[in-house]
Amino acid sequence: MLEICDLHVSSASKKILKGVSLRINPGEIHAIMGPNGSGKSSLSLALMGHPRYKITSGKIILDRKDITVLTPDKRAKLGLFLAMQYPVAVPGVSVTNFLRSSLRNLKGNVAPAEFVKTTKEKMADLKIDESFASRSINDGFSGGEKKKMEVLQLSILQPKYAVLDETDSGLDVDALKLVAEGIKKTSGPKIGILLITHYQRILKYIRPDFVHILVDGRIVKSGDHKLAEEIEGRGYDTYKI
Amino acid sequence: MAKVAQVEVNTSYKEKYGFAKPEKYVFKTRKGLDDSIVKEISFQKAEPEWMQKFRLRAYEIFKSKRQPTWGADLSRINYDDIYYYLKPLAKQGTSWEDLPEEIRDTYEKIGIPEAEKKYLGGVGAQYDSEVIYHSLKENLEKKGVIFLDTDTALKKYPEFFKEYFARAIPPADNKLAALNSAVWSGGSFIYVPPGVKVAVPLQAYFRINAASMGQFERTLIIIDEGADVHYVEGCTAPIYTTDSLHAAVVEIFVKRGARCRYTTIQNWSKNVYNLVTKRAMVEEDAFMEWIDGNLGSQISMKYPSVFLRGRGARGDILSIAFAGAGQHQDVGGKAYHLAPDTSSQIISKSISKDGGRSSYRGLLKVIKGARGVKANVRCDALILDSKSRSDTYPTMQIDEENVQVGHEASVSKIGEDQLFYLMSRGLSENDATSMIVNGFIEPIVKELPLEYALELNRLIQLEMVGAVG
Repeated sequence: MLEICDLHVSSASKKILKGVSLRINPGEIHAIMGPNGSGKSSLSLALMGHPRYKITSGKIILDRKDITVLTPDKRAKLGLFLAMQYPVAVPGVSVTNFLRSSLRNLKGNVAPAEFVKTTKEKMADLKIDESFASRSINDGFSGGEKKKMEVLQLSILQPKYAVLDETDSGLDVDALKLVAEGIKKTSGPKIGILLITHYQRILKYIRPDFVHILVDGRIVKSGDHKLAEEIEGRGYDTYKI
Repeated sequence: MAKVAQVEVNTSYKEKYGFAKPEKYVFKTRKGLDDSIVKEISFQKAEPEWMQKFRLRAYEIFKSKRQPTWGADLSRINYDDIYYYLKPLAKQGTSWEDLPEEIRDTYEKIGIPEAEKKYLGGVGAQYDSEVIYHSLKENLEKKGVIFLDTDTALKKYPEFFKEYFARAIPPADNKLAALNSAVWSGGSFIYVPPGVKVAVPLQAYFRINAASMGQFERTLIIIDEGADVHYVEGCTAPIYTTDSLHAAVVEIFVKRGARCRYTTIQNWSKNVYNLVTKRAMVEEDAFMEWIDGNLGSQISMKYPSVFLRGRGARGDILSIAFAGAGQHQDVGGKAYHLAPDTSSQIISKSISKDGGRSSYRGLLKVIKGARGVKANVRCDALILDSKSRSDTYPTMQIDEENVQVGHEASVSKIGEDQLFYLMSRGLSENDATSMIVNGFIEPIVKELPLEYALELNRLIQLEMVGAVG
């Protein structure tokens, strides 16, 4: 279980999260929705251990291990994954090299033939052109291509818990379908997913077990998938404190 | 890109390259320099009289020129505190077995005999002032390729020296070139006959062993029409508390339609001043490529140049500099467009960390009448921490209107977000930094043959160990 206990997070001495608690069991899909600036992305970055987001109090427990102060690589090794909202480019590091290094660090040695085969298949599933394998990671990629690349990593790295930070934003309908399919294929009874989104359109393809509404650094309401539809009708304004 | 070889964390420069062997020699000059020492070097070499005269003239020029102050700080060099000539052996070896154990062991540790067997066409190994081992594959010798140490070549092929020696870099060019001209010893001589393509690299390895040593090799390369060669040089030295000086001169003549690629992987210990003058004269439709990797030394000043003299000549200068604690890499390249339709490309990548400083210094010159020139300069600097520094000094003198000239420069710091991204995928901070650095230099590394690409990546990784965290 991924447990977020009363998490307070600051960035540049500004309080962003003011006590967020969540429990995500393997196999569950949780969606966090909220207006711009509510702290959704900060939550995802703090969970993964970004140095700009300071946890001032509270804990993050992953399968009974306290990961609150661990560096991002140690969190990744324990099975946490973050699909970033704005993945950065690393010029000169090819997608293949990047994936292989990640896999080697997270899973130990990788059989080269199997790696090539799996990568090829998963790229085809997401309709990522083969030529991307030798391109520098995220370098000159469009918004949609970057998001697909994050989902490709998710499906290859097979984490225990995945945080998907607005993986649906900036995608056209076709790309959204592919990305949603990719996420669904990866998810299953074992993986716990925290899906952060501004809009509910991806929730038409991936039905969450729980929906939480984050406003001004706090979860103001939790419910099932019907809550997402409610928001669609009412907007976030009524949830303001 | 080639896979990065793994380095054991505890391997350091000291163990791999920084060891010193007991000093043994058959002749060594006293410290410092004067006319009598210049004459003594000449006498030891039993060289033609004109060369002794040339040396003495050059020594006068050296004395008359002031220490350069426009670049890195050279004020601490004490020319009186250096040994200018050390002859380690009475006779050059033709097999590694011929050599004394400590010398053989030095090159074996560095891996030269093994590389020779695996992928080289010929090897020259200089130890302090003299080339103590030389070889050339028989098939290349049969094609008329000459690959010798410069002292031997001077005796066997004086006609080449009359025509080319000091013609690209006269002693008066700069103070260090004058010094080299006065006391030069060793270096490589290469001649490739017309149309001969040397498919495997020829390599020279320069090793300083003695303390307070000056190494002044002199290299002369002539690639005749339509011929092709790749020459590689490597260099290392023991770690001493006293300074050493390396002041080489490299002159290259690339004839019509010929091609020369000159690769340097400079990895001197951090007590070495590395002040080198390198220049190539490039004729019609010929192509000269400098690939210059500067990892070691305390201070390097080196700006490989191409003089594009014939129509359609091309010159590329690709360089990587790595400046760590206490290092200043003041490097770059110069392209002189002296004929129409010539093209040049200068790509410079520098990495500074732990308070190191790297400077790009470059010149792009197009003379009036050199129409249709295409020139491109790109320099990128990567700074790994707030203590380190990077500067760019590009100069352009364009006296012709009908040209296409591009210049781009960038300075970047290793981004928190890049590190976070890679670390979130399981890479440690060190591995993530290495990956970013290797990615940064990849456009140059990919130009190298696999063995050297691996070597360079390994050396960078060695420098990166302990760089962060």
